[in-house]
Amino acid sequence: MSDVFFVRTEMLQQQAPPSTSVGIVGWMRENLFSGWLNSILTVVSALFIFFVAGGFLSWAVSPTWGATSLTECREILAGHEGACWGVIRDRWVQLLFGFYPSELYWRPILTFVLLAVALAPVLFAEKVPAKLVYFTAAFPFLMPWLLWGGSIWGPLAAAAGFVIGYFVYGAVVKAAGSLAGLIVGVAAALIWWLFLAPVVVDLLSGTVSIGLEAVESRKFGGMMLSITIGIVAIACSLPIGIVLALGRQSDLMILKSLCVGFIEFIRGVPLITLLFVASTLLNIFMPPGTNFDIIMRVIIMATLFASAYMAEVIRGGLAALPKGQYEGADSLGLNYWQAQRLIIMPQALKISIPGIVSTFIGLFKDTTLVSVIGLLDPLGLSNAIRADTDWNGVVWELYGFIALLFFIFCFSMSRYSMYLERKLRTDHQ
Amino acid sequence: MKKSVFLGALTVAGLAAGVAAAGTLDDVKARGKLNCGVTTGLVGFAAPDANGHWEGFDVGVCRAVAAAVLGDKDAVEFVPTTGKTRFTALASGEIDMLARNTTWTFSRDVDLKFDFIGVNYYDGQGFMAPKALGVSSAKELDGATVCIQTGTTTELNLADFFRSNNISYEPVPIETNAEGQQQFLAGACDVYTTDASGLAATRATFENPGDYVVLPEIISKEPLGPLVRHGDNEWGDVVRWSLNALVAAEELGITSANIAELSAGTNNPEINRILGTEGTLGEMLGLDVDWAKRAIMAGGNYGELFEKNIGESTPIGLARGLNAQWTEGGLLYAPPFR
Repeated sequence: MSDVFFVRTEMLQQQAPPSTSVGIVGWMRENLFSGWLNSILTVVSALFIFFVAGGFLSWAVSPTWGATSLTECREILAGHEGACWGVIRDRWVQLLFGFYPSELYWRPILTFVLLAVALAPVLFAEKVPAKLVYFTAAFPFLMPWLLWGGSIWGPLAAAAGFVIGYFVYGAVVKAAGSLAGLIVGVAAALIWWLFLAPVVVDLLSGTVSIGLEAVESRKFGGMMLSITIGIVAIACSLPIGIVLALGRQSDLMILKSLCVGFIEFIRGVPLITLLFVASTLLNIFMPPGTNFDIIMRVIIMATLFASAYMAEVIRGGLAALPKGQYEGADSLGLNYWQAQRLIIMPQALKISIPGIVSTFIGLFKDTTLVSVIGLLDPLGLSNAIRADTDWNGVVWELYGFIALLFFIFCFSMSRYSMYLERKLRTDHQ
Repeated sequence: MKKSVFLGALTVAGLAAGVAAAGTLDDVKARGKLNCGVTTGLVGFAAPDANGHWEGFDVGVCRAVAAAVLGDKDAVEFVPTTGKTRFTALASGEIDMLARNTTWTFSRDVDLKFDFIGVNYYDGQGFMAPKALGVSSAKELDGATVCIQTGTTTELNLADFFRSNNISYEPVPIETNAEGQQQFLAGACDVYTTDASGLAATRATFENPGDYVVLPEIISKEPLGPLVRHGDNEWGDVVRWSLNALVAAEELGITSANIAELSAGTNNPEINRILGTEGTLGEMLGLDVDWAKRAIMAGGNYGELFEKNIGESTPIGLARGLNAQWTEGGLLYAPPFR
């Protein structure tokens, strides 16, 4: 044992890591300059970003906010390259609200604030009082009344149809079973909407007229139009899509063929064709004098379009569920709807979240297609704004502003879907 | 076969709509608003300002008709239409008249079942070139590269023009006018060709308009005018003579400034008939005696409308050219008010 010269008997103190591997230097060595190839790439990328950002900033930072025309912008810039932001100052309100009467702007603003309240129980169920869901149920009737105005009795009568249908269903179910209850309930609601409601509404409006100043659809425009079409179509397409997806998997022949036919037809036709049908063909087919609101027609077409895609996304989720889940539901003695509600759908929808949100985002961006049928959405308005002699020739500023507006909405939807995925993740943790 | 049946059904439906909507004049009066189809935006001809108030040369025609029929130049609902939706919007009765720089052609008048009630702007295809190119006539453009919108009649006109002058060119296809401006400015083509009014409007947006010239040759006929549905002649007459009143007013020297003075009565019987102090022209149209007076007061006579929206005092700076009165070498010629 004599060849052991030295044994350390006490522990060494921990030392700070070398200065080249901590802090900002360490981070850069590890992430940016970890090899000669990465170093070159880093330098090239940095130069690229520097030139692009530099070019963009020197264009975007431009003292033209107060200009009242493109000519004035050019005078201010005096030969330098720069953006002409005066067009945004002059027209941002129009890009947001279109031709909506300016003294009534509070109505769309209130609508979208209330929309956030109504969405809260759906989107953030555990963070808000459960009672709020009643407001969510009332919102579909409140929203059109606030936006379009008119007598309050119209939306109330529409809501009453659902209440009547529900009570008739409840009454018949006990006597004659659920299928008969469903049929009679729907029939009762339809009779109310088609025949009784118009009379009652007329009567009530004549005696007690409570209402807001009516605003025609032609006054809708800009971002408000996109959001209105987008929100309604998104909200309606999810339930319709679920029903279609279930119908497609159903064993009932007729139901299945109807659903498959609908889905395949809609998916086989471009949205723009449906919009042209809505804006021009329907006009010719309908009896003269019928005034079927153009925005309503567009919303219906966009909803049908989105629900066909939604159905396929949800069918993907259903297909991904193991067969054991269906059998498990059966073995618990649940009937079809209970099984769907308690076991199948929660899992299928969770799997489909990314696809569903993609469809929503796509639908929201597709609303800009309405500019080809003469509705002035933000893109249509950008053309109209350029037709003003003051702003003819302004391109990038308008498109940039519109892109920013859309980015805000689409990016928030995307972030929310990621939050939802994290929240609902129950496996593989 | 199937297709023709379908189209036939469409036509029948369209006709039924047209027949049932006969009496547009009464409809407009009952509604208290004129539904006027305009473009979604064309410089000088129709554009909304920051408050959503529509302005422009075509818009002026709508306002004149509204003033004549309803007594209020603001009683107009402007319906923006695109090149694709304009004709169905008119055929289906969604709009009462279309004032949307639409070229009067045989097939539109006859086959599509519309009535062009006149011409409010004589346009034509022209060329724009940089001054540095040193050309003074389109016939010197041998071998030039030309920016041209694809799939339009301008493309065919261009080919015809170069062939008949026995010179060659190289087309640079573009999709929209905005793209054409960018390409032309970037030097992708020597010459840009489209309607002359469009060229003037485009040139007005350039940073140095003086560096570019619009060549004198006009190589096609584009008579732009308002139109109404076929088969409702009472309404067609109202729109036609409202436009004629604007043209005649310029010829006779009736302006928005002196109209009040003139309507007290003058020695010129035609002025008196237009302004309703003599005769019963308004009654014949189904309107009151002051109809033409109101139409002229809405935005001034034809010349005033022209000057205010597209004339030489505006950035667009169009010369009257073909659109001058016949007495001054132009084509504007209103039939007599008698």
